[in-house]
Amino acid sequence: MNTLSYLEEEAIYIIREVVGQFNKPVLLFSGGKDSIVLLHLCKKAFLPAKIPFPLLHIDTGHNFPETIALRDELVKRYEVQLHIGSVQESIDRGKVVEEKGKYASRNSLQTTTLLETIEQYKFDACMGGARRDEEKARAKERVFSVRDDFGQWNEKLQRPELFDILNGQIHSGENVRAFPISNWTELDVWEYIRHEKLEIPSIYFAHQRNVFNRDGQLMPCSDFIVHNPEEAFEETVRFRTVGDMSCTAAVPSKALDLDTVINEIKGSSISERGARMDDKRSEGAMEERKKVGYF
Amino acid sequence: MEILRITTAGSVDDGKSTLIGRLLYETDSLKTDQVETIEAKSKSLGYDYIDFSLATDGLLTEREQGITIDVSHLYFSTPKRRFIIADAPGHVEYTRNMVTGASNVNVAIILLDARKGVMEQTKRHLYITQLMGIKHLIFTINKMDLIDYDEQQFNSIVTEIKKLVDQYDWNPELDFIPVSALKGDNVIRKSNQMSWYNGTDLLNLIKSLTITEDVSGDGVLQVQYVIRPKTEKFHDYRGFAGKVKSGVFQKGDQIEVFPSGQKTTVKSIEKYGQNKDEVVEGENATLLLEDEIDASRGNAIVKTKHRLKTDKQLQAKVCWMQSSDLNPNSKYWLQQGVNKILVKVNDIASKIDWEAWKSVPTNRLTMNDIGAVNLQLAQPLIYAPYSSNKSLGAFILIDAQTNNTAGVGFIL
Repeated sequence: MNTLSYLEEEAIYIIREVVGQFNKPVLLFSGGKDSIVLLHLCKKAFLPAKIPFPLLHIDTGHNFPETIALRDELVKRYEVQLHIGSVQESIDRGKVVEEKGKYASRNSLQTTTLLETIEQYKFDACMGGARRDEEKARAKERVFSVRDDFGQWNEKLQRPELFDILNGQIHSGENVRAFPISNWTELDVWEYIRHEKLEIPSIYFAHQRNVFNRDGQLMPCSDFIVHNPEEAFEETVRFRTVGDMSCTAAVPSKALDLDTVINEIKGSSISERGARMDDKRSEGAMEERKKVGYF
Repeated sequence: MEILRITTAGSVDDGKSTLIGRLLYETDSLKTDQVETIEAKSKSLGYDYIDFSLATDGLLTEREQGITIDVSHLYFSTPKRRFIIADAPGHVEYTRNMVTGASNVNVAIILLDARKGVMEQTKRHLYITQLMGIKHLIFTINKMDLIDYDEQQFNSIVTEIKKLVDQYDWNPELDFIPVSALKGDNVIRKSNQMSWYNGTDLLNLIKSLTITEDVSGDGVLQVQYVIRPKTEKFHDYRGFAGKVKSGVFQKGDQIEVFPSGQKTTVKSIEKYGQNKDEVVEGENATLLLEDEIDASRGNAIVKTKHRLKTDKQLQAKVCWMQSSDLNPNSKYWLQQGVNKILVKVNDIASKIDWEAWKSVPTNRLTMNDIGAVNLQLAQPLIYAPYSSNKSLGAFILIDAQTNNTAGVGFIL
C-alpha cells in the first residue's frame, strides 16, 4: 500500500469510529487545507450516504475573505450543515477581552468560543485536522484526545492507544477531540489535494499582496492588525497555513499551482508553523494553549 | 512510497532522543527554524554541542528534566520510504508506553549504552517485543566513541543479546549496529572509526529492509458502521462498512455473521462508493449482502471456512497500564477492534517478576506488570490467539468507572 492510500485508510477508519462511538460528533472546519481534506475524507467514509454530522467553524471575525467564500461554497457542495461559533459575540458578551498591543490576536480567544459552542450544542466529539508533524506538543497528541468538563488536555493522563483500538468512552460533560489525519505530514496533505483534485482557497497560491515586515515575518496588511502604513509594500506571496489574519504570516512564493507548491514545500528550509506568530509567543506556546482547551 | 513504522526503546540516557534527532536532522526533516530553536536552547543551557533530544521531547516538563515521558510520533522520509517513529520512553515506570509504541510497528530499534551493555531494561524490552510478536529487531549499541570503538566489547554485547533471544520460542530477524548518535557514526553513513564492522549504517538498513504483508489469515471484517443513505436513489441500500481485520474478501464469498450465525453471500464490495472485486487485510470496505440479515456495529462478518474460535472464557496475558490495580472479580469493558463486551476477571494466575525473571503467583497486577489472567465474558467472542492473528487476538480493558484504558491483553 502506498503512503497516501495507507493514510486515507487510517483516516477513514478513525472517522467511522467517531460516528460509531459518539452521539453528537461535529467536524471543526476552518476552511483551511487540512479541514478541506478532512471534509473530503468524511464524504468518502459514508458514500453513498451524506455526511452524518454537521460542521462547526469557530469564526474569529479576522478571516481571509477568500476562505469564507470557499467555506460557504463547500457547505453547499457537500450538502452539510454549518454551525458558526463567533468570537466577536463572545467579546460582545464580555466572555473574553480583546488582546491589546501590536501582537494582539484573536487566536487564543477562540478557545472560549469553542468550549461554549461545544456546550451549547452538546457535541461529544470534535474532529479536527491537527497533525502530529505540525508542532512538538502535537506530536504527543492521541488520535482520540479526551478533554475534561473544562476542555482541558492533561498531557500526563493520556490514554494509551494500542493497535487500531480507539477508546472513546467518556463521562457526560466530557468531550473527545479526534484527529483522523494525525499521521499525515504537510506534504501528504498537498499530495492528497492534488491526487483528489480538491479546491482550496486561492491564498494558498502566489498572489500580489500588501504586506509589512514584523520580526522577520511578512504579515498581511488588514484592518485587524496594527502597523505603520508607511511600512507596507507589495510582494508576491502565498500562505502555508490559513489561520486568523492577525497571526498568519505569508511567505514569498511564485507557486501558482499545486505542482509548484509541492516543489516549493519539498525545497523549503522553514517549517510550516514557522510562519505562525501564535506558536512563537513562547517555547511551549502550543502546549500551554492545548492545556486550556485549544484545539 | 511505502510506510515503515518503527518503535524505539532504550534505558534512560542511552541517547535515544539524540539518535532520532540526528536521523531527523540528517534527512533534512528538521527545518532551519526548528534547528535554530534547538541550537539556541542548547547554547542557553550551556551545552558544548547541539542537543537533538530537544527536537523530540515535546513537553515542557520533558525538556526541563531532559527525559522523555510519553510516546511521541515523528515523521521523516527518504525518496522511496516514509518512516513513522513511535518514540517510547526508557524509564521503568513508563513500560506501558513501550507496549503502546510497539503495538503498531514493523520494526523495533533497541538502544544500549556500549559502556553498560545489557541492562535490566534491555531484558524487559526484549520480553515486550517478543510478547508483541515484533518480527525485526535492530540493536544499536550506542556511545561507541566512549569505549574507543572497541570491537571486543561490541561482540560480547551481541553474544549476550543473542543468548537472551534464544530463551524464547521466537525467531525475529536481528541486526546489530555499533553507533555513536552524538558523533554520527553509523547513523546515516558508515563510520570510518570502525573498519572491523562489516554491516551497514542504521538509515541504510531501515531504508532497505523488506516489509512483509501477510493476507493469509481468515477473512474477517468487523462492522464499524451500517451505511443507510435513506435517499430516493438508495432506498434499500444497507452497506456494512468496516475494516478487513484479516484475510481477503471477494464478491461471491460465503459468509457468516457473528454472533447471530446467519449465513449469506457477498453480493458486492464497495470502497468509498466505487465497486471492487476484492479487498484485503487492512483495507476499509463496504460489504453488500445477498440476503437481508441483521448485523450491527461490533459484529464480525466471517468467511464460512475459518479456523477461528468462539468462547466466553479466555486466557490472556495482560499488561496493566493504570495506577489502580487489577484485582480478581473486577469488571471491565473488553474492546477487541471495535467490538466491546463486558468482562469479569476470574483470577490472576501469575505475573512476571522483573527482578527474579520468572513467573510468580499473584492475585493482583499493578501498573507496568505483565501477567496471565482468566476472563469470563458476558457474550461469546470470536477470536484467534494473538500469536496467529494480531488483530483478533489483541484487546484493551477499559475501566468502567474511569473510562480509562486500563490494560492491554494478548489472547493465548
